[in-house]
Amino acid sequence: MAAVNQSDVLILGGGMMGAATAFFLRQRGVSVTLLERGLCGQQASGVNFGNVRRQGRFLPQLPLANRSRLLWSRLPELLGEDVEFLPTGHLRVAYRPEHLAMMEEYRDGSRNYGLELEIIGGNAARDRYPWLSQEVLGGSFSVEDGHANPRLVAPAFARAAKRDGARIVENCDVVAIECEATGFRLESAGGEVWRAPVLQVSAGAWGGRIAASFGEAVPIIARGPQMGVTEPVPYALHPVLGVTTKTVGEVVYLRQVTRGNIVFGGTGHGPADLDTRRAKVMPEITLQQFSQLRRMVPAIGALRIIRTWSGVEGYLRDDRPVMGPSGKVSGLFYAFGFCGHGFQLGPGVGEVMAELIATGSTTTPLAPFHIGRFA
Amino acid sequence: MAAPRVIVVGAGPAGTRAAEVLVAAGLRPVVIDEAADNGGQIYRRQPAGFRRRAEELYGTEAGRARAVHGAFSALRGRIEHWPQSLAWQLRDGTLQVERGGRAHRLDFDRIILATGATDRLLPIPGWTVPGTFSLGAAQIALKAQACAIGRRVIFLGSGPLLYLVAAQYVKAGAQVAAVLDTAPAAARRAALPLMAVRPSLLIKGAALLWRLKRAGVPVHHGVAPLRIEGDSRVSGLVFRDAAGREQRLEGDAVGMGWHLRAESQLADLAGCTFAFDEVSRQWLPRIDADGRSSVDGVYLAGDGVRLAGADAAELGGKLAARAVLQDLGLPPPAGIDAEQLRRSLARMERFRQGLAVAFPWPGDIIAKLSDDTLVCRCEAITAGTLRRSATALEAPEMNRAKAFTRVGMGRCQGRFCGIAGAEILAAARGEPMQAAGRIRSAAPVKPLAVAIEVETP
Amino acid sequence: MMGGAGPLLQRLDELVRPSVTLAVDGQVVTALEGDTVLTAVLLHGAALRQSEFGDGPRAGFCLMGACQDCWVWTEQGTRLRACSTPVTAGLRIVTREVPWPRLG
Repeated sequence: MAAVNQSDVLILGGGMMGAATAFFLRQRGVSVTLLERGLCGQQASGVNFGNVRRQGRFLPQLPLANRSRLLWSRLPELLGEDVEFLPTGHLRVAYRPEHLAMMEEYRDGSRNYGLELEIIGGNAARDRYPWLSQEVLGGSFSVEDGHANPRLVAPAFARAAKRDGARIVENCDVVAIECEATGFRLESAGGEVWRAPVLQVSAGAWGGRIAASFGEAVPIIARGPQMGVTEPVPYALHPVLGVTTKTVGEVVYLRQVTRGNIVFGGTGHGPADLDTRRAKVMPEITLQQFSQLRRMVPAIGALRIIRTWSGVEGYLRDDRPVMGPSGKVSGLFYAFGFCGHGFQLGPGVGEVMAELIATGSTTTPLAPFHIGRFA
Repeated sequence: MAAPRVIVVGAGPAGTRAAEVLVAAGLRPVVIDEAADNGGQIYRRQPAGFRRRAEELYGTEAGRARAVHGAFSALRGRIEHWPQSLAWQLRDGTLQVERGGRAHRLDFDRIILATGATDRLLPIPGWTVPGTFSLGAAQIALKAQACAIGRRVIFLGSGPLLYLVAAQYVKAGAQVAAVLDTAPAAARRAALPLMAVRPSLLIKGAALLWRLKRAGVPVHHGVAPLRIEGDSRVSGLVFRDAAGREQRLEGDAVGMGWHLRAESQLADLAGCTFAFDEVSRQWLPRIDADGRSSVDGVYLAGDGVRLAGADAAELGGKLAARAVLQDLGLPPPAGIDAEQLRRSLARMERFRQGLAVAFPWPGDIIAKLSDDTLVCRCEAITAGTLRRSATALEAPEMNRAKAFTRVGMGRCQGRFCGIAGAEILAAARGEPMQAAGRIRSAAPVKPLAVAIEVETP
Repeated sequence: MMGGAGPLLQRLDELVRPSVTLAVDGQVVTALEGDTVLTAVLLHGAALRQSEFGDGPRAGFCLMGACQDCWVWTEQGTRLRACSTPVTAGLRIVTREVPWPRLG
């Protein structure tokens, strides 16, 4: 029995990061077992906005984001199924001159990382997108960014990994993690045992507890994104939309799917509970989002929302994920806490972690995300 | 100390009786309802300017309807009535309400949810073709608009409402092509011992059948509906009769329904525990004998939790209000014999069990629906897509299937596809229906305008 | 008459009420006070809207505000749930197109 549950790598957590890592490890021929407490992609990976956005990211994260962006275009071929990725472009608007100046500064910085952004004035933006409001002073357009369906991606990675020989174990609640001479020993609530010389923790908001058990506590809190969606209307808002601002109450982001619904979020987060695995949608936030949606695209004021949702996301104090090798335990790797902006990175994280685990190094710089920064 | 704030959601029979008990105890409850007037769906009032008498609208239930309307009228000035108001979210002692285009936040000490029910539906090919309505819709068209849903109407489904609506159509002068009951004739005989607890209802049922027979309306038992025909409007319905023969009926409208489905979204949002009810083959909030849910301060009454009909709803409303008063430490209301109410409800519960035997939910028909049958009306999701999510995508239950396929993800939030969807999913996985779970509710309970006005603090 | 154009609903009673005029797809339609928008439109035609997903016309289903099948558009680009909205004079309903997004 113990022999059956032995693999080269154990992955704890079947969100997008874990599932993508499992998939890319199989591409490299590494044997891998993924243990997921519920079903793959049920939490942050499945409930997020679905933004495949690079602009606006922390600049040293762009090499990872760029690598991931290349993979997004290849997902149908890699996974064998469509995850509704559309490279529609991503437009961030500004309502005030100082925010336009921030955009220009960001554009100058991102150029060094190979991300070309186009700054356009308010009238030019309205010529292109006549549904934008008069209040829009200008915008920054990232032509190759876009969006995808978050409900599909992590499960698709898990299925593809399984097809390629990974062992995916869902509904597996791991209750004990131990270091042994030969590696790691994980035990489930059902009493089953798994062993591997390498362990990757990609347990999202729950990753902090596991890291702490290895003596590597991180300042992580759980919060819930505040998402909603309108009824379907003719497909008109092609680019993903967002706002550049320093006021959190002005932050709104939205995208229209080709079926017609407009998915949105922003203006704040709600509480999330690691024990119940539930996050709340705050009605006050939903109502606040309405005014910001109308502010950017007045025509949305004619519509109704039909659903809201949230989920559990992990946020680090410095708004950067924990990614890379452990600072203390050999064979231990982390990829968790993506602070609400991990969706775009997911495929890249999987490929980079697989590269790191299989070869001992990666060509993509990960230093800013090392867990040691909190030590 | 300020008087406790009690909210009643729903102004049908359950909500009306609950409010009445609260008012008698000296409270001033807020009564919220989506309709312009009270009565709920069953005792829905016709618009101002309509002149038909209660007997024409409610038939044998005219007395009941008058009593409930009268009770509500007597409360005016002593309750805060919020008509045309949508309670769209409920959690942690706060109800979110949209009224007149404005957002309101109502904090409460206790809340009674008397949210009623809709028809329970199963999909059949063609059920989105104009001219196809629910049985409840066919009745509302008649009751509230003095219209028939077509010139030659086919009624399909099972349960007492099927015969009631068909008979009401006959009485109102509409042409009824046929009544198609999916329940086999033998089922009713098997149910007689249970249903004998309410002999008056059995007699009413026999009278309905007699009226249909006298009008020459063909009644078929044990049918399997195959498809509704027509492109831009209904032209007919094809079914397989009890002898296995395929038959086609000409008609320009179909009214269809299989008993009721509880409107339990607010209870779900409040965090109430649900349990699978074998009798109605659906998930219902759990309550104690008086209507206390698993969540402190949240009480349930009427068809939103018991599915035992309007009479039972009145009793449940009284019991829930009594429980509220008791839990608030207020003196028990005069003239309410809780023990007797519970006994009456227990009798009605036996009758409900009898109805479920007499007019069973045809899960087998749903499991066999062709792959191209549109299951989710809102999102246009087919049975085949749902089945594929159960097999190729390994969705074990409805929420996972919803995430993968968008079934139940549309405007109605799975009200009209959730139960049938669970049957299809479970059948595809070779499991009992309850293994497919239920679609979790999400706010807003119904579509909410982005243009809603919000008070700025 | 089966199939073709013409009304879906049939009025049986309550014929003596003041009339109200509205427009459906540009055509003047007369309804009676107390009619819902759904009744008014379906007494003259057989559709309230087109399904967004290409599966044909829709004409409501539950009539009790639950199924959300009967949301119609006005020419002005506003939305009405036809089964639960009383008809008012001057309404201009469109069943064939969706006037969204409206600009300006």
